[in-house]
Amino acid sequence: MRTTIDGNEACADVAFRLNELCAIYPITPSSAMAELADEWSSHGRTNVWGTVPTVVEMQSEGGAAGALHGALQAGALSTTFTASQGLLLMIPNLYKIAGELTSSVIHVAARSLAAQGLSIFGDHQDVMAVRQTGFALLSSGSVQEAHDFALVAQAATLRARVPFVHFFDGFRTSHELNSVELLDDDVLRALVPEELVREHRLRALSPERPFVRGTAQNPDVYFQARETVNPYYAATPGIVQAAMDDLAEHTGRAYRLAQYDGHPEAERVIVVMGSGGETAVETARHLAAAGERVGVLRLRLFRPFPAAQLLAALPLTTRAVAVLDRTKEPGAGGEPLFLDVAAALAEGFTDGALPRLPRVLGGRYGLSSKEFTPGMVAGVFAALDDPASPARFTVGIHDDVGRTSLPYDPNLDIEHDDTLRAVFFGIGSDGTVGANKNTIKILGADESVFAQAYFVYDSKKSGGSTVSHLRFGPHPIHAPYLVRQAGFVGCHHLGLLEKLDVLAVARPGGTLLLNAPLPPEEVWDALPGPVQEQVVAKGLRLFAIDAGRVARDAGLPGRTNTVLQTCFFAISGVLPHDEAIEQVRGAVRKTYGRRGQEVVARNEAAIDATLGELHAIPVPDAATSSRPLPPVVPASAPEFVRTVTATMMAGRGDDLPVSALPVDGTWPSGTTAYEKRRISEQVALWDPEACIQCGNCAFVCPHSVLRAKLYDGSALDGAPEGFESAPLNAVGLPESRYTLQVYAEDCTGCGLCVEACPVTAAPGTDLKAINLTDDRAVLDAGRERVAFFETIPLPPRNRVDLGTVRGTQFLQPLFEFSGACAGCGETPYLKLLTQLFGDRATVANATGCSSIYGGNLPTTPWAANADGRGPAWSNSLFEDNAEFGLGMRLAADLHTRLARQRLRELREDVGPDLADALLGAEQLRESQLRDQHDRLAELLRRLDALEGGERSAAVADLRSVADHLLRRSVWIVGGDGWAYDIGAGGLDHVLASGRDVNVLVMDTEVYSNTGGQSSKATPLAAVAKFAAAGKAVPKKDLALQAIAYGNVYVARVAMGADPQQTLRAFREAEAYDGPSLIIAYSHCIAHGIEMSKGLDQQKRAVDSGHWPLIRFDPTLRDRDDNPFLLDSPRPTIPLRDYVYRELRYRSLRNASPDEAERLLGLAQHAVDQRWATYEEMATRSAADFMPDARAGADTGRTSWT
Amino acid sequence: MDLSTDYLGLRLRSPIVASASPVSATLDGIRRVVDAGAGAVVLYSLFEEQVRAQEVEDLLLTEAHEGAFGEALDYFPNAPSVGPAGTTPYLRHLERAAAAVDVPVIASLNGSTPGGWTSIASSMESAGAAALELNVYAVPGDEGVTGADVERRHLEILAGVREAVSIPLAVKLSPFFSATGDVAAALDAAGADGLVLFNRFLQPDVDTEAIRVVPGVTFSSPVEARLPRTWIAILRHRVHGSLAATTGVDAAEDVVAYLLAGADVVMTASALLRHGPEHVGVLASGLAAWLERKGFASVDGARGLLAVPEGAHAGAEARAGYVRALEEARGHYGSLA
Repeated sequence: MRTTIDGNEACADVAFRLNELCAIYPITPSSAMAELADEWSSHGRTNVWGTVPTVVEMQSEGGAAGALHGALQAGALSTTFTASQGLLLMIPNLYKIAGELTSSVIHVAARSLAAQGLSIFGDHQDVMAVRQTGFALLSSGSVQEAHDFALVAQAATLRARVPFVHFFDGFRTSHELNSVELLDDDVLRALVPEELVREHRLRALSPERPFVRGTAQNPDVYFQARETVNPYYAATPGIVQAAMDDLAEHTGRAYRLAQYDGHPEAERVIVVMGSGGETAVETARHLAAAGERVGVLRLRLFRPFPAAQLLAALPLTTRAVAVLDRTKEPGAGGEPLFLDVAAALAEGFTDGALPRLPRVLGGRYGLSSKEFTPGMVAGVFAALDDPASPARFTVGIHDDVGRTSLPYDPNLDIEHDDTLRAVFFGIGSDGTVGANKNTIKILGADESVFAQAYFVYDSKKSGGSTVSHLRFGPHPIHAPYLVRQAGFVGCHHLGLLEKLDVLAVARPGGTLLLNAPLPPEEVWDALPGPVQEQVVAKGLRLFAIDAGRVARDAGLPGRTNTVLQTCFFAISGVLPHDEAIEQVRGAVRKTYGRRGQEVVARNEAAIDATLGELHAIPVPDAATSSRPLPPVVPASAPEFVRTVTATMMAGRGDDLPVSALPVDGTWPSGTTAYEKRRISEQVALWDPEACIQCGNCAFVCPHSVLRAKLYDGSALDGAPEGFESAPLNAVGLPESRYTLQVYAEDCTGCGLCVEACPVTAAPGTDLKAINLTDDRAVLDAGRERVAFFETIPLPPRNRVDLGTVRGTQFLQPLFEFSGACAGCGETPYLKLLTQLFGDRATVANATGCSSIYGGNLPTTPWAANADGRGPAWSNSLFEDNAEFGLGMRLAADLHTRLARQRLRELREDVGPDLADALLGAEQLRESQLRDQHDRLAELLRRLDALEGGERSAAVADLRSVADHLLRRSVWIVGGDGWAYDIGAGGLDHVLASGRDVNVLVMDTEVYSNTGGQSSKATPLAAVAKFAAAGKAVPKKDLALQAIAYGNVYVARVAMGADPQQTLRAFREAEAYDGPSLIIAYSHCIAHGIEMSKGLDQQKRAVDSGHWPLIRFDPTLRDRDDNPFLLDSPRPTIPLRDYVYRELRYRSLRNASPDEAERLLGLAQHAVDQRWATYEEMATRSAADFMPDARAGADTGRTSWT
Repeated sequence: MDLSTDYLGLRLRSPIVASASPVSATLDGIRRVVDAGAGAVVLYSLFEEQVRAQEVEDLLLTEAHEGAFGEALDYFPNAPSVGPAGTTPYLRHLERAAAAVDVPVIASLNGSTPGGWTSIASSMESAGAAALELNVYAVPGDEGVTGADVERRHLEILAGVREAVSIPLAVKLSPFFSATGDVAAALDAAGADGLVLFNRFLQPDVDTEAIRVVPGVTFSSPVEARLPRTWIAILRHRVHGSLAATTGVDAAEDVVAYLLAGADVVMTASALLRHGPEHVGVLASGLAAWLERKGFASVDGARGLLAVPEGAHAGAEARAGYVRALEEARGHYGSLA
């Protein structure tokens, strides 16, 4: 049966049907395989033997590998799905599983490794890092192969006893939709007969036939024992080929371990693995048809290396071979595939199997899903003809440093003319991707049509662009690269025309569809000059629709997907008009049927309205507009930003040469400030008349777009028209003015500020002192007003009351304009952190949402102040963040001690008064810190004067660490996936270290970044991915665990419920000379709420007792006070009134009402129980808690006094 | 005393029926009214608008962040739903209520537009509803909508649901038709198994301090029973289907008055909320005592004694009642006009 699915589903579909257990953990781009397995299991889908596989989520990939190993040893057919760093975490167990000759298949969506930077995209670095473990490595190059080889791997492992890693290219294959012939259960059973399953079980541990496995071995036998497995590895290639032959017999799809395609007497041959092989083969066929003697040898099995099959497949006429590796092994003589092929060829020649030894080049391509196109393949073939080509090359980039890169023709087009190609530009979450998936499924449902779709996403979580690449036609589509010549281009957001070169992909004579919020007669004039020129030059047919209005009128605000999909079918000619519209209708009914009649009806209304609102726009003979495209960044931006960052922002990062990029992953701070994204139609508008200047709005703004300043009235000289100002509402400062400036171009329109505003501006209205407006003039005037606002000096920090929410609004955020979701519940906490401590903070950031909106290029939000000081930020990994931050603390402590030692040595040189003041300063209050800051500046000046003197070595040494005389604030931040699960062991250890670290857990109660998978922070009764049937275990009380140590400062906060308590907790935690833990409620899109109501939900979480606000402050014990403070009142609403405002709970009620009721009952009980515990704790005396061993403990800590 | 009665073709042990109210929102409440002797229970209403709005809200919440970012293309697992989105808790409650008590449980569907009802109605039938009460609750704020439009909508809704289910259907009417009798007759002819007279509008109030409109709920009082009672008396011999009286029932005398006017069953919500579910027992024993005192062997003997007789001119009868009332009032208060 033919269907259109992506590589992840293609693989998981077979893996699920051929296993009894899946141990899972989310990691991009493999998460979807685990999600599907979990969903299928929760829906009762069975494997081919009639049992429902058990799916168990573990705390990390290391845990998944451990569970896998155990399940295998106990006889269950077991698998896991992973990628990248996740696979690396499994390595210790991979050795064990292989060493014990245990049949199993791990399915990997192969992905880059985090080195100079993390990348979620595809290459073979992860699988190459396990090639030494003893696992066989089987490579799929397409969606069909990911389906077929999942079966081949399972069939082979049970026969060979060698375990397999079955891998395919992350994103390029895992996320590509393509036409696939599905394998029947019968074929699966034929290749994996039950006898093999029973043999596997018989090899397992059982008290019926006891034995020991996993002994410790000594020099006498370990070596020999290690060699016992050789015959199994020797037999494996043959077994895999036999399984492929079996498959061919059942399906007609024939595969070879080493498969040659191209000219039968080729002289030049490329050897390649993975999806690049598809491109290489198609290109070789194209060139061979033109008479070139070229061919491609695709290697399907990499371990055990099939040298004999490779030699047998290679044409004897081969003169030159290029081996392409999609990996990087710095410092190696060559990449792994190259080395193995070179060795095989050399041996083949020595043994006489080859008549001549071909010249062998080794090249790298496609790292991190870098495009690999026919032009590049042709470039490699050309290099094989050129004796001057480098022996080690790269292709696809411009390496102007190492001179490794090969030239190629980027425009080589080898696609069939009858393959229709379309490209759609959308804005994240506007439905473009979903609509295109539907389109491909509609077209692919016709047995005579082959279809492919691939989607490219932006680096921002909100307001980013998406580009959909669609192909369909009468031939199977083997083109795992982006569409470069599209007959149809849809631009679903007019603003994208100014940011991206949308029309570069348009084929002459093609069709352009614009979604424009304009009457048709105004559309042409709205286009910038360069865009008009391209439309004219390429002779494009132009159509336009105001899809936003049509969707709104149909009762689907913001959902333009159905409208634009209808437009595509109406004008692209892919199907006869009426049939096309009927197909869209059918798709709507299918997609939305389960969501209810109303949703279907509104979508059908949108289809009906669309046809009347779609207009052909006349195109004049020449461009009529002289309006240029706006600059990507202002001319005033630093050079690096103008040259490198701006190029990346414009979507042309592929053009950057190697020399343009930092060598060690170091990038400048604060680059989001140059990126005025204007992603929202609605922006905040301040009403100075109504405002009471409380600062609540600025406090909660997730994007740091609300900034307050107080200043002398004279600073208003030269203010641009419309610059808003009000008398400062504070006693004793009659001359001062106040401005709350909206950074309108950076505003996401999330509305949290409006929700936080306590003012009712006019009775009988919903107007507040800050409101959302869709007045374009406000947006357009924003830049000038912000520019003026920035010329007004910030109030000195000593004029600001840091102890009040009102006061904090005057502190500069050093975390701004991140690409987080609009209305993000996490970022306000990070912003507050930077306002309070940013100029002396280092931040260790666990991988997750916060590392992505915090560190995903091209622009990053961690910024510096006017002095150039600001948070120093880094991300190590997901699992090790607490330890990473502890390392920062340990280094800071060392260097503080060193600085103090050197300062004492140089006391007389720098001046005893200054030295003593620096050494003796208490640094707790802001004023004390300011004073130390000034003393430090003075010290550095005096050190300048001492340079070159007789103590210059000590001076230089002191200078290198002098900044540590200012108390360093070390922050360890991350989400609940890190803190509750994968990093829990490390976090626990770091909290137990006694060291002065500050841990901020932004608790969204799910793995937000990978799409909402359950963590141990997920509450009872909530639905999440991996808990599709409802979470049946209560949320871990991380606060109580930390309190148990007695000497950890612990706070649970929720900004939306009590901002003042949040502020107090941050300041106390930071001042506490020991480990601190703040657990912060962070509302999230994965909760299924309207994000503008996030603060209200926070309050309800507290009011219901789900999220009691607490502080545990060990310093209170110094005064014999109870350190445990319960900051929120006894619950005032039932849990139900909080949870059922969120889709994550409601959906369980829809799916399993009884279970929802049962779990809600238990959850309410848990809330009551915990409250009782807390109340009891709040009434204890100081002595009733674990002893606090801080005082007198020799931990190496530096005292700040 | 035999209190049994027929309603919508169902044989009930008592003419006293608990109407849609929060009492029927819990199994405990339902058990209590049934234990107290209710002849049937009408569940609280499932509001069409809420179901529709929830469907759309859930769609927007789910899709608002889909396909935006490479790491996470969506955020929720695909969970199968038992019925149309938002109806599951109601259906489950209905299912359990039907299983928990041995009197008919009638589901109530509150809506104002055609379409959208049919799938919910059939889900209710599958969940064990003995009958459906269609609560056509429309406050036509659109001044372009004519009386004929409103009437047509009632008939369309009835026809649509009639086609979708085979259990009996009652239509709960608004009192504000210019020709209630005509509408009632039309619905009767179009296949309604019964009419419930009347719906009470929960009209919002105004908070003069906050200067805003606030939702307001008030219990009905016996004096409000006069309008439905008049119409029941008029319709008793003019429709084929059952007649249910609702509004203004507080004491047994109110029940008796409705039965005398011709009601098949008498429903109450306000009294149950005011006095508790056990008040059904008070009403039933009061009814039984009255029947006994007046020498009736059953409810049927008393039913419709004060209905407008078959063949009589209803308008004249009502007009006569009106004139009589005016005259009595004049006697008490002096001239009114």
